[in-house]
Amino acid sequence: MEEKPRPTWQIILRSGILGGGIAAYLCLVGLVEAFSERFLIGSFLTLGEVMLVTGILIAGLLTARELKDNKILATGSSLLSGVVSSLPLILLIFITMLFVLRPEILGATYNLRDMFVNLSPELVEILTLGQGLDNLALGILLLILLSALMSLLGAAFVLLPRRWSLGLISGIAWVLVIGIFSDTVSQIVRQVAGQGMIRVIFVNEALTPQAAVIIFAIAFVTGFFSVHTRIQTRWEGIPQTQQSRTRMILLLAAFGFLLVLPWVVGLFLSQALFTVGLFVMMCLGLNIVVGYAGLLDLGYVAFFAFGAYTMGILTTTGSLGRGGLNFWMAIPFCILVGVVWGLILGFPVLRLRGDYLAIVTLGFGEIIRILALSDWLAPFEGGAQGVLHIPYPNFLGIIFDSPQYMYYVVIAGGLIAAFVTIRLRESRLGRQWMAMREDEDVAEAMGINLVQTKLLAFAIGASFGALAGGVWAARLGNIFPHSFNLLISINALAVIIIGGMGSIPGVIIGALVLVGMPELLREFTEYRYLMYGILLIIMMLVRPEGLLPEATRRRELHTGEDENFEPVSQQPVGSDR
Amino acid sequence: MSILVIDNIHTYYGKIQALKGISLEVEEGEIVTLIGANGAGKTTTLRTISGLLHPRFGTIFLEGEDLSKYTAHEIVFKGVAMVPEGRGIFTRLSVQENLDMGAYSRNDKAVIAKDLELVFSLFPRLKERRKQVAGTLSGGEQQMLATGRALMAHPRLLLLDEPSMGLAPVLVENTFETIQAINDEGTTILLVEQNATMALSVADRGYVLQTGEIVLSDTAENLKQNEMVQKAYLGID
Ligand SMILES: Nc1ncnc2c1ncn2[C@@H]1O[C@H](COP(=O)(O)OP(=O)(O)OP(=O)(O)O)[C@@H](O)[C@H]1O
Ligand SMILES: [Mg+2]
Repeated sequence: MEEKPRPTWQIILRSGILGGGIAAYLCLVGLVEAFSERFLIGSFLTLGEVMLVTGILIAGLLTARELKDNKILATGSSLLSGVVSSLPLILLIFITMLFVLRPEILGATYNLRDMFVNLSPELVEILTLGQGLDNLALGILLLILLSALMSLLGAAFVLLPRRWSLGLISGIAWVLVIGIFSDTVSQIVRQVAGQGMIRVIFVNEALTPQAAVIIFAIAFVTGFFSVHTRIQTRWEGIPQTQQSRTRMILLLAAFGFLLVLPWVVGLFLSQALFTVGLFVMMCLGLNIVVGYAGLLDLGYVAFFAFGAYTMGILTTTGSLGRGGLNFWMAIPFCILVGVVWGLILGFPVLRLRGDYLAIVTLGFGEIIRILALSDWLAPFEGGAQGVLHIPYPNFLGIIFDSPQYMYYVVIAGGLIAAFVTIRLRESRLGRQWMAMREDEDVAEAMGINLVQTKLLAFAIGASFGALAGGVWAARLGNIFPHSFNLLISINALAVIIIGGMGSIPGVIIGALVLVGMPELLREFTEYRYLMYGILLIIMMLVRPEGLLPEATRRRELHTGEDENFEPVSQQPVGSDR
Repeated sequence: MSILVIDNIHTYYGKIQALKGISLEVEEGEIVTLIGANGAGKTTTLRTISGLLHPRFGTIFLEGEDLSKYTAHEIVFKGVAMVPEGRGIFTRLSVQENLDMGAYSRNDKAVIAKDLELVFSLFPRLKERRKQVAGTLSGGEQQMLATGRALMAHPRLLLLDEPSMGLAPVLVENTFETIQAINDEGTTILLVEQNATMALSVADRGYVLQTGEIVLSDTAENLKQNEMVQKAYLGID
């Protein structure tokens, strides 16, 4: 399929308006203004400004990418598309002026800000680079200039020789990442290097200019010299035995790193790591149901709830306590309850497929939550009051009362879950799941017992979820029905979709991105679901198979562009024999 | 000795009776064909044998063992593999993965490797296209893959449902040669076909099915000479 080249002016306009549109959108939803006080470097670069220019950067990048064969034309065009991309922002300035700040000019009788709360004087300040309405002409000129420059920067990513652009991207990315996560990074630095170092690197939660320059320089140099292939060729040059030994050492190092991690990063981050680990455990279970067996389950939170309540009721020292077990003795019961309920909920949906299955499981999740809330069951599990006084686990006299200890519980649980998942995937059952996911009818004709295969997927998946629920209850100390809402199911599903269906590294990456990041970026809490939405849309457009997909799944979404396809001599099929 | 004995089976779809008392036998090492018009009940017969449908009356014996107490997947384990009508492959998996899937129930790695070799020698084209996504194979190649996948289960009895459906004339001939070759390797075959001419040319014996009943059974040679068969199925007046 050869596409006809678009005329240059069309490319300029299209990329410019797209980039400017993104920037204007971020202004309108309030992100730019909300982060205009969040400094990244010293007191001159804010996160809001970064968001504003990102859109414009994209304009330059897109233009340059389409015209990259002719560098001079590409540079000029991206400069122009930068100017174009400032137009939506200039429009925003005028709209704010005419309908919010100075309605008398046009005699506007209503205030547009009632609808668009973010059309504020502060936004005009930001967009005119501090000039405001008094120096409007100068402000707009500056904005156009800035846009043109940023667009050129975007173009530079594409047009510079590969090593230079790699260096540039890695330099900018590292400065931004450390600036945005300054809170987190400073905690780690404090643990490792002490308070003195912090003063060198950070001022008021932002990087000091000299630190920014140093980080940029280091990252630039690493980016510049990191031409990927060279490491790979050198790796392949190493003899086989040494390769496997190196791999072993790396694996051990990674494991050791995992073990000391909570003590390096401190309390707050350990809690975040705990949450990530918990989600990994839970999502590995959901991954079996959805990723391997292809059964879309939207009520997965129910199993999480069963695990949490089992742990709560069996171990609590409060009035609801039954059994008075300790954490370790209760864990097998959590798993057992998960399996049993997986089977019970699995039976009625055996004959359902696809969307019907999704709706019914969605209903199950809600039923369980409402039952947990009901007065009817309150004597057993506390109703709306929940279960309180769940003791912390106790291991050889150590009380696991901090996330730094509980972290080890989820690491152990996660490793077990990953191990079980890998063994299952390679077993006969794993193949049956795959066959069923691909085509139930063919699987049946092949003699696969669909009933048994489906029920096992539900039961095993549920057991992981219940295990996670039990651990979670013991960490929190008390559980309430309203915690077990649909959002948990949706989060878990988003983790495996973004990470890459059916892939274990995918689940881990997905949990880090979707669960870990929001924990660290507390400032974004308000915008969390907006970010989720944007991320999901971008992912579905750009990489529908997820970040680290399983091979089969990637192929499913890219049939027609099959990289393994080897053209063979064109002869009639019949001449084979 | 008879590998398969079907005795007077009646199969229903709800209230609709599709099979009205069918009896047939397949001897070890034979190719037996079942011919009949559309809707005669050929597919229904094969689905009943493989356990996907259950007869209301009648019994099916595989090597003297009553199959009625077994489920479809247990019957596969007993050595009966079916290539369903309309091919039945996993369109989103690669050729190799489809073949692996066919052997999903087996543990004997060495024999699996040998069977794979056999499949590739029967269908060299599949070997060339091992990594290709099955859904992008041509119709004829998909039929080869479906047959190959069934062979990977190392069946003693292979049930083929219209393997020549929708294939170009050159390919049809090729398909029947392959069926003969599979049989020569020692697999017993029950073949359902619309193309009676070809079916009777490879088969040892045949049965003619009409609206759920067997109306005729004889050696393939004799059926080819039969006036009624010539008129109805071979297009000879
Ligand atoms: N799932 C079903 N529900 C109801 N009736 C069915 C069903 N499947 C098949 N039948 C009916 O049973 C009869 C036998 O069908 P069958 O598929 O066995 O025919 P066939 O001999 O294989 O025909 P063809 O050569 O067209 O494939 C037909 O009348 C058909 O309409
Ligand atoms: Mg049929």
